[in-house]
Amino acid sequence: MRIRTTGILTCLMLALSWPLWAQHEGGQHTAAAHEAEAATEEHAQEGEAHHATCSCEPKEEGEFDVAAVAFHHIGDANAFHIWGDIYFPLPVMLYDRQGGKWDVMMSSRFDYKHNHGNGRKAINRYVLVEGVVYRVADEHFPAEEVQVDCVSETEHEGEKHPAIVYKGQCYELEAKTTWDGGFTGGGPTSFYDFSITKNVFTMLLVFFLLGWMFVSVRKAYQKRQGMAPTGLQNLVELMIMFIQEEVAKPFIGKHYFRYMPFLISLFFFILALNLIGQIPFFPGSGNVTGNISATAGLALVTAFRVYTSANKHYWEHVFWMPGVPAWVKVILTPVEMLGLLIKPFTLMLRLFANITAGHVVLISFVGLIFIFGKMGESIAGATAGIFSAFVLNGFMMAIEVLVALIQAFVFTLLAASYLGDATQEAH
Amino acid sequence: MTGSITALGLGLAVLGAGVGIGQIGGRAMDAIARQPEAVGDIRANMILTAALIEGVALIAVVLGWLG
Repeated sequence: MRIRTTGILTCLMLALSWPLWAQHEGGQHTAAAHEAEAATEEHAQEGEAHHATCSCEPKEEGEFDVAAVAFHHIGDANAFHIWGDIYFPLPVMLYDRQGGKWDVMMSSRFDYKHNHGNGRKAINRYVLVEGVVYRVADEHFPAEEVQVDCVSETEHEGEKHPAIVYKGQCYELEAKTTWDGGFTGGGPTSFYDFSITKNVFTMLLVFFLLGWMFVSVRKAYQKRQGMAPTGLQNLVELMIMFIQEEVAKPFIGKHYFRYMPFLISLFFFILALNLIGQIPFFPGSGNVTGNISATAGLALVTAFRVYTSANKHYWEHVFWMPGVPAWVKVILTPVEMLGLLIKPFTLMLRLFANITAGHVVLISFVGLIFIFGKMGESIAGATAGIFSAFVLNGFMMAIEVLVALIQAFVFTLLAASYLGDATQEAH
Repeated sequence: MTGSITALGLGLAVLGAGVGIGQIGGRAMDAIARQPEAVGDIRANMILTAALIEGVALIAVVLGWLG
């Protein structure tokens, strides 16, 4: 009995500390950078006159930067980092805004083997930095496939920017590309990144998994009409009945049935994405709902559905609320119109913030191992770190599963509530 | 004194969330004690309201990261 319990606990500890193994700060960086340094020492000295700020020399080992590690791990990337130097490359599809040129390839073409995800090649000014595609800001950089010396970083006003060193000169890279002109990133970029990134891959995976689940449950119902449900049917029926009885009927009322497909899709999609983001290793490490663009998409779809099903009474209540004096209407209308925007906005932020906060806390607890172990100096410290991280992470992951369920439920419930408001008849 | 005002702001946001959700939890316990058969309804509403308040607190946390 005790052996079995110990065995289970050990396996749990290994599984929960898995993220720790995927990290390899310090040691390996120095080894790889030493080779690059030897090759480019001359170049660095020539290039120093031009840009003294970045070089291929190994970085000195500073403190463990928890925030940087956390945000690196929850961010999107063009390749899955599996273990150490093993990456799972994903297709990269880039559209150059000025030339109108498409570049489609696998991210492995950037030649990042044994280099911590930093590509050794620059293709049409695109570079791979730690698994993410960036672009060289300088337009006069050669556009064909060239070999860069190394990936490094420059510092402006205390903020670090990624940069590459090519033939001894330092070229700064543009900010990460975003679809919204930099609201959630660093500003507009010269290219659009339509790649299959980790997030897209995870969303497609969830799509196929959920599709398979629902199709097989449907077949089971058709085959077993009138019989008791078995297996997966039980679970899915439980959840769908929960949504129907606790969410749709009380909040939407008479016409709840026409919104059921939407609410069920929303609930299962968000739940599956939340849960798959909690799994720390390969098929699961994509953090979709912790990406504000993804939650923005969900909120937009919900807003679209609500505003297209809204009836006359709803718009009357928003723009010209009946039953209040005229001077109050003048104040109330702008507030209600703002509310039209704020409600989907809070839907987006609530889901994003909950999931991201959870991920950052989990990664920070794993970071405790490095902080206590002082980056490899102290084994005793690292062991203390492992035990505390194990306990804290176990606790946090349990809470995170709860948060995943609750956030999916709350998103669906608020969507149902807004739908109910929108389709309510006059009282 | 080290640290930034942002950290102080985040602490305040957490304080607000703690007070609010604590109130909800307390009232829910009172309600359950008064009427034990309504446990299901009370629990569902409690979780919903807590999630809404936590949403606002976490929005403050996220804006703290930006600033």
